[in-house]
Amino acid sequence: METHCLKRPTRRQFLSSVAFTILAGSAAPVMARSISGSLPWEARSADPPVQVKPGGWLFFTPEEAQTMEAVADRLVPADDLSLGGKDAGCVLYLDRQLVGSYGTSSRLYTKGPFMPGLATQGYQAPDTPAQRYRSGIAALNAFTRETKGGKRFAELAPTDQDAVLKDLEAGKITLPNKVDAKSFFNLMLANVMEGFFADPIYGGNKDMASWKMLGFPGARYDYRDHVSKHNQPYPLPPVSIAGSMEWMTR
Amino acid sequence: MSRIVFSLTLAATTLSAGLAFAQAPDQADEIIRGRYQAILGDCAACHTAPGAKPLSGGLPLETPFGQIIPPNITPDKASGIGNWTEADFRSALKNGIGHDGKRLYPAMPYPAYTKMTDKDVGNLWSYLRTVDPVFNPVESNQLPFPFNIRLSMMGWNMLNFTPGEFRPDPSKSAEWNRGAYIVQGPGHCGTCHSPKTALGADETSEALQGGSLQGWYAPNITGNSYIGIGSWSEDEIVQYLKTGTNGHTIASGPMAEAIQASTSLMADEDVKAIATYLKSTEGGPAQKPQPIPASDARMKVGAAIYHDTCSACHGGDGKGASQLFPALAGSSIVQQPSSETLMRLVLQGSQAVHTPQAKTTPAMPSLGWRLSDEQVAAVLTYVRNSWGNAAPSVGASDIGVQR
Amino acid sequence: MTTILPRKDVVIVGLGWTGAILAHELTEGGLDVVAIERGPWRDTATDFNIGYAQDELRYGIRRDLFLQPAVEAMTMRNSTSQTALPMRDYGSFLPGNGVGGAGVHWNGHTWRFWDSDFQIADHLRDRYGAGRIQDLQLQNWGVTGAEMEKSFDRFEYLAGISGKAGNISGQIQEGGNPFEDPRARDYPLPPMQMTYAPTLFAEVTRSLNLHPFPTPSANLSKDYINPLGIAMGQCTMCGFCERFGCANYSKSSAQTTILPVLMKKKNFEVRTDSEVLHVDLDASKKHARGVTYVNTSGEEFFQPADMVLLCAYGLHNVRLMMLSGIGQIYDPNTGEGTIGRNYCYQTNAGAQVFFDDKNFNPFIAAGALGQTVDDYNGDAFDHGPLDFVGGAGINCIPSNGRPIQTRPTPPGTPRWGSDWKKATVKSYKSTLGFSSQGSSYPTRGNYLDLDPTYTDRFGRPLLRFTFDFPDNDIRMSNWVSDRMEDIAKAFGGRQYTNTRRKKGWDSVPYQSTHNTGGAIMGTDPKTSAVNKYLQSWDVANVFVIGASAFAHNAGKNPTGTVGALAFHAADVIRQQYLRNPGQPLVSA
Repeated sequence: METHCLKRPTRRQFLSSVAFTILAGSAAPVMARSISGSLPWEARSADPPVQVKPGGWLFFTPEEAQTMEAVADRLVPADDLSLGGKDAGCVLYLDRQLVGSYGTSSRLYTKGPFMPGLATQGYQAPDTPAQRYRSGIAALNAFTRETKGGKRFAELAPTDQDAVLKDLEAGKITLPNKVDAKSFFNLMLANVMEGFFADPIYGGNKDMASWKMLGFPGARYDYRDHVSKHNQPYPLPPVSIAGSMEWMTR
Repeated sequence: MSRIVFSLTLAATTLSAGLAFAQAPDQADEIIRGRYQAILGDCAACHTAPGAKPLSGGLPLETPFGQIIPPNITPDKASGIGNWTEADFRSALKNGIGHDGKRLYPAMPYPAYTKMTDKDVGNLWSYLRTVDPVFNPVESNQLPFPFNIRLSMMGWNMLNFTPGEFRPDPSKSAEWNRGAYIVQGPGHCGTCHSPKTALGADETSEALQGGSLQGWYAPNITGNSYIGIGSWSEDEIVQYLKTGTNGHTIASGPMAEAIQASTSLMADEDVKAIATYLKSTEGGPAQKPQPIPASDARMKVGAAIYHDTCSACHGGDGKGASQLFPALAGSSIVQQPSSETLMRLVLQGSQAVHTPQAKTTPAMPSLGWRLSDEQVAAVLTYVRNSWGNAAPSVGASDIGVQR
Repeated sequence: MTTILPRKDVVIVGLGWTGAILAHELTEGGLDVVAIERGPWRDTATDFNIGYAQDELRYGIRRDLFLQPAVEAMTMRNSTSQTALPMRDYGSFLPGNGVGGAGVHWNGHTWRFWDSDFQIADHLRDRYGAGRIQDLQLQNWGVTGAEMEKSFDRFEYLAGISGKAGNISGQIQEGGNPFEDPRARDYPLPPMQMTYAPTLFAEVTRSLNLHPFPTPSANLSKDYINPLGIAMGQCTMCGFCERFGCANYSKSSAQTTILPVLMKKKNFEVRTDSEVLHVDLDASKKHARGVTYVNTSGEEFFQPADMVLLCAYGLHNVRLMMLSGIGQIYDPNTGEGTIGRNYCYQTNAGAQVFFDDKNFNPFIAAGALGQTVDDYNGDAFDHGPLDFVGGAGINCIPSNGRPIQTRPTPPGTPRWGSDWKKATVKSYKSTLGFSSQGSSYPTRGNYLDLDPTYTDRFGRPLLRFTFDFPDNDIRMSNWVSDRMEDIAKAFGGRQYTNTRRKKGWDSVPYQSTHNTGGAIMGTDPKTSAVNKYLQSWDVANVFVIGASAFAHNAGKNPTGTVGALAFHAADVIRQQYLRNPGQPLVSA
């Protein structure tokens, strides 16, 4: 077997390798590998996601977090089907995403020139998701202070919050500092839904609440015993990447 | 642009050149036979490091007493065995005493090689003289005090080592005797598969009943039908040794290496002889214990984990898929007294054997990141006590050692 | 400074499906082959670990296994009157990355294109007259269906395709696709066990006198050992297939069908995390000397070789040709130049039926587990009275129930709030979707070239798309949508939706990673980039293998035809090219 530079690039190293000229002098560069004569494999090699743990905000200020929790609770309201977006951890999820590669757009094409485009050309502004949340939340609260008697969004009654969100969604509101209301709403909606429906390991979907609500069995990998049972409910509860209650030794 | 055409021709030329020995025919025979002895003895397993020149010294062996690095056994005069005589070599293999009277450590399986015939040792020596000499100084002895004193081996040998050639059993068939010779002698199967005494010698009274080494448990390979290979037919043993897979199991870890470098290259009749001999041996409990009941709390947790993590490959019924996913149901490896190998497979993962007949080389993923010690213990306890399997439960405290 | 490496017989750019097939075939022929792969090494146990392979956020949404735009983006516009802008994130299509390429995270639909595709210009002109296709730039591929049969067969047996033949040597087979070309034998494996939705779809379409059959699938219905001796497992229908690597060796890919044998060969080597910058030509521009690539430390290497095989994703093949000066870049104004010509896509539309009383368990699914109706595909039906050519396969292949992306709700449902939640829960398990996958025919104005403004991390121009759905294809798709409406009604559900294809290709929502053309095969060097053996007309020791060679796109997934073209090229290289290397196999 012949493998030069056995160090396996981890996912994180790979992602940072897109800026490899900067990386060349750093501690753990991804080396190009020449592989011949073997199928490379190494014991203990795995690159699992790291469990998000609650405790402090890494991106949001307390006020921003409070705003987003209010938004999350309106987008995914608590009812007899499930808990609400806030308690499900959607904002914890979002906070951790915004300090990672998603928040900084490090995987995207971020070279200029930046020009306004057609709808078919997709998002063309230079702001990253992190920057969009920073300016978007500030603009949203400035808007409600201005129009709702000095109150921040989180301080509004739920019905008023819903009304503001509907207007944002419809683009009926003009937010200050050139924040595009519709586009910011769509960003929040997409991310809150991600947090609500993603594996709980990322901080949202607490206790697999959304999966239980839908009847989605989660990170299972074998349905051969049920495939022919047409039109019959699947009997087993969901499983996360981190396991399930059934895995707990008592 | 004739380079492609040229390279095709070149390949053909080197192929025939490789077979053309400069020596006289009988000497060439000797070398060919010696080369086969090197396959039977799997010299390369220890003495060739991955990617290095053949037999120029190996990777460190972890022994319970410390590290030993297998030396360079190419005919290089400065760093190999170029200055050795055939008598030195015989003495090393058969008595554990090397050039200049240095005592070898029994990590070198001379307690097995002592059973080799003089002719086989002579052939092996002839072959080793033809290997490319490589300058690669190796300091074999990396042991801490007092094990670094080679003289201490004298005492060890007095206690543990019986020199002497294999004595055929006239009451048994020639095939059986050939198998016994390979297993006990050049094949040195007991080096891994026999339990060790506190001093690291083979526990001869329990030969081939399973042993622990380098974080693996080499299973019982006697004819015992519960934890040995008694339920395998001779043909299935042959198939396993030739290909690494036989429908019951798929080799991985050190056995995969032994199959790739040694048993798969052995003559068919020798592998058959090994099978005949192994089937005839006895050892270990023949009766299964009562399986741990499915109602046991550990079994319930284990069942859930198995269904969610393992069944997609090994099947809900534990039957696996031949050449790809080893069967767990009825597997003797799964039911060994020690679950060392099983823990290792789950925590670290493992890559299966690659032979010309079993090319897939699938790998068990590492799951140590996903399962806690308790969970590994539970799922292994489940696997060891389901589908007709029965074996002692696995304790969470054992798992930490393998992490 | 560029390090010059020892010469090789063959250098392959990209180690996905085609690179692995070519590497295996040519190393079998005794050649010394190196593959240069931009992305990382990937293996099943490590990179598709069964404990986290089923992570929708990571793989489905953030798309961990795919090419990231920071590595290489592309620009797009719908017509030459617009300014192309970069797709800052990939959306409409998702190119692969790393060993195995897009073959790691494909669905596994494995089709054969038909003889009426390969000879499309002649076929349609003969049947409907030249006037019918005058707005299209349809061209013959230079091969026939009969000529390609054995290569399709080899790919299907390599990959262990599960399906039911519809036509064996001219005999129509009950339960298969009666519209397919004759094949020599059945698929290597029987069809997959059907889930509920496709079962119902088959019943309903059969009641409408259509001919449903199991979609040929690279998700294996049974354990299998392929002709290289490599074992694969039975698909467990986990529902994490497309966009995901397969954790249990049951989806065909280079990893599961070729690499265990290829990687053991002493005359093969792959260099990963190494990006090819260009093919180096000699002064005559008629002969390739090798390729220049950069590793992740920024070191540049020149790999000399007697043959260069471009086996990257089709779009990357096209861009590498442009960046290397192989052939002339297509100009839509003059119609001259061949590189970038006849870029095509896929013309899709969808329908959903909402039920009150059904449970489809949408999460029990595989990438290619379903039923297809080909009655309205290609030229399977008479277009005489119609105002278009082409057609679409109608597919009911519910591939997943992953809830970030797959949450159908009936029209009029809000996107959030309590009512959204109620409707989502009600519809999640009880909605059946099916879709049309339509042909995409070339026009003069749909093409690829190099962007004048935007560059990649090496300062090289990005690939630029100028593309919109041709009027012919819109008419085709809408006509097929009418047929789908008939099917939707026949299900008898509570209500249905029927989403029609419109002009204005949108680069944002995912549609299909079936980008074809740009370096098309053909019979005339003035209108094609490569000959019928995928050999560059301009640089005879360069072969360009992939969907880049498609002269148009049919209403089918491309991988089966891509795999067949790889075997087709490998055979001719081994049997003919090597006897007289460096020479054109077809005289211009």
